[in-house]
This record gives sequence, C-alpha cells and structure tokens, in this order.
Amino acid sequence: MNFLEQYNYWIVILLMMSGFYIVIAHGNLVKKLMGLTIFQTSVFILYISISKVIGGTAPILDDQYEVYTNPLPHVLILTAIVVGVATTALGLALAVRIKEAYGTVEEDVIQEKDLQQEGSTE
Amino acid sequence: MTALSLAFTKDLFASVMLTGIYSLLSAGFFVLMDAVDVAFTEAAVGAGISTILMLTTLTMTGRFENRKLHHPKIALSVVIVTGIMLVMGTVDMPAFGSPSAPAQTHVAPYYIQQSAQDIDIPNIVTSVLASYRGFDTFGEVVVVFTAVIGVLALLEFARVERADSEKPVPMLQHKILRIVSKILIPPIMLFALYVQFHGEYSPGGGFQAGVIFASSIILYAMLFGIEQTRKAVSVPVVKVLSALGVLIYGSVGIASMLNGGTYLNYSVLAENDVTGQHIGIIVIELGVGITVATAMILIFLTFARRIGKTEEETA
Repeated sequence: MNFLEQYNYWIVILLMMSGFYIVIAHGNLVKKLMGLTIFQTSVFILYISISKVIGGTAPILDDQYEVYTNPLPHVLILTAIVVGVATTALGLALAVRIKEAYGTVEEDVIQEKDLQQEGSTE
Repeated sequence: MTALSLAFTKDLFASVMLTGIYSLLSAGFFVLMDAVDVAFTEAAVGAGISTILMLTTLTMTGRFENRKLHHPKIALSVVIVTGIMLVMGTVDMPAFGSPSAPAQTHVAPYYIQQSAQDIDIPNIVTSVLASYRGFDTFGEVVVVFTAVIGVLALLEFARVERADSEKPVPMLQHKILRIVSKILIPPIMLFALYVQFHGEYSPGGGFQAGVIFASSIILYAMLFGIEQTRKAVSVPVVKVLSALGVLIYGSVGIASMLNGGTYLNYSVLAENDVTGQHIGIIVIELGVGITVATAMILIFLTFARRIGKTEEETA
C-alpha cells in the first residue's frame, strides 16, 4: 500500500487545522465563524473524496457508463451545505445581537465588560 | 492556499472575499471528484449567499479585528499536534478512489443497481435524497426552517419600530448595474425553476433551485434597496410559504400512510409503484425548494433591515 495514495486526507487535515486555528486563536466572533466555515468545508471535501471511485463518473444513470461514484455521500453533503449556511446565519445573527448589547464582537472586550458588571453589582 | 491566507488577514472584508474564493475552489474540487450536485450547491451557497450574509454582518460589526491573538503559540501547537494525530489516523484508511473501500461496498451498490428499477430516474443523487433517504432530508428541511425561526427571533422581533426615514438607495447611481441586473433577474428565476423540475434528470433539485431563486431576489434587494423589495415581496407571505414547504413535505408522508404504506413511502401514491415514486419525489422537491428559497430570502431581508438600526443604536 502506497503512502502517497492518501493525499486526499492530508489536504482535508490541512484545511481542517487551518479552520481550527482560526477558531481558537482569533478573538473576533465573525472571524471565528469564518474559521468554522472552513472547518465545515473540509469535512465536506472529506466525504466527497471518500465517495470518489477511480474511473467512475457522476452518478447519473446512462447506458454508456458502468462505474459510478458513490451517490450517498453526495446526498449527505448536499443537504449539509444548505443546513450549514442556515446555521451560520444563526451564528451571525447572534454576533449582531452581541454587537448591539456590548458594542463589540471581540471576545476579550466582552469578557472584561462582563467582569466589570459583576464587580459593580456586588 | 486560500484558507491559510485567511488565517492571517486582519482585514475582515478581505477575509470574506477569500472565503468566497475558497468556496468556489472547493466547488471545483467537487466537480473533479464527480459530485456535480454538491458542486452546484456549494457554488450557489458558498460563493453567493454566505458571502453576502458575512458582508452584511460586517457592516454592522465593524471591518477590522483586534490585532491581538489569544496565545497564538499554544493555539498553533495544539493545531499541529492534532493535525499530526489525524495524519497518523489516516494510515489505516483506504486509498483515494479505491473501489474496494468500505464506503463503496455497503449500501451504495444497491442504490446504483436498483434505483433504475425502483424509481426509474437517471439522477441517483435525487432518488437517494428524496426517496431512500427521505427521512434525513425531511430532517434537514426542518433544521433550515428552525434556523430561520431562530434568526427571526433574534433579529426581527426584538426591534423597535421606527418612523420610515427615506434612506438613499446605495446602488441607485450605478445605471449599468441596474439595467444589466434587470435583464438578468428573470432568467435567473427561470433557471431556478428549470433546476427545480429537471432535478430528476440532471444535477439539481429543490435545494439548489431554492438557493438560486433566493439569490435573484437578493440581487434585486441589493440594487433597489430593502424597502423596495419588501414592497415587491410580501414578507408575511414569504414567512407562511417557508412553513408551507415543510408542511408539503410532511403531508406527502401522511398521504402515503393514508394510502396504506409507511411514512414517506411513495410507492403507494399511485397504481404503479414507479409512478408513485415520481409523484412523491416531485412534490417533496417542491416543498424543499419553497422552504429553502423563502428561508434564504427571509434571512437576508432580516439581516439587511437590521443595518440601519444598529448604526442608530450605537451612534
């Protein structure tokens, strides 16, 4: 078994880790959501790359072709993309509300304001 | 890679554009890996709708982010360690494109060989989506619907009504843009309907059609202003329609139960099994299309309406 035959997983891991890095290292909530989107897309690519069969064609039946790529992951990811954008919209809506409540979307500033508020009520 | 440059830009506007490019590139990947339906969706959603939504949010939350990173070295090392562990995990995975991988030998051969007899439509993705896996798809539609309710709850109902001050429409001075898009919008809608009803034979279906249809409305809204769009597209009607789409999908399931079958088993809907499947698939794809299109329109309109308000409140 050739080690280089698994390059699709490596690309996915690279993308996934850059998304992960954005999520944990950046304080801006909108940027974090972008990181999550990258992470999400890397999972999509993982599924689609698993479904690929060498020499296969797109799963639309036709008499000329014998080998088809696996249609099941396509279905899963197709719906996941649309659901993904809907949930991202929900996240962005939350970010907008946080901006209205705190005047910022930077995580550390929000934390400071929370601490100040606790201090003033005690 | 685009994703890497994304991690290091401070200008959020630039990063949004990079996510758009990244989505378009991954749509290209999907075509290369034979997933035409998925590529279609990714190109419409990733490069279109989600980029617009991110931009709309940025107008409210500010363009630049804070320079400071949270412990970038710790974060980087965590990421690298996780990455290495994942790479080690891939050693046991089947090679790329191998026909003997477990994923290819489980239920997929059944779908590929039997769907011609059971359902008799060429696009296997549509038959799996709408018929074999109808339950999953119903769940996804409900999730989209729930997300819309969430967005509306967060942004729409919490707002205070204000006097309608006539804001200048931002794009009104661009004559070429306006005329070109006036010509483009009807064909985009027509194309959406084609994708909707031709989804059984070529790549496409309710999800893609819904997104394309919504993007034509969003294009209109960007050029002619939100208030104008609210006049053209009645928001209460859109809200009712998005619930109606879920209802259509659900009632097809009930209808097949009333005809003596199990939930979402379309074969009992007509005399002939195959005809029943066709009817079921067309109707539920319609439900999916309606819900997805109205969901995207609602999300966009709610976000865009919010822009003026946030500025007033922070000022």
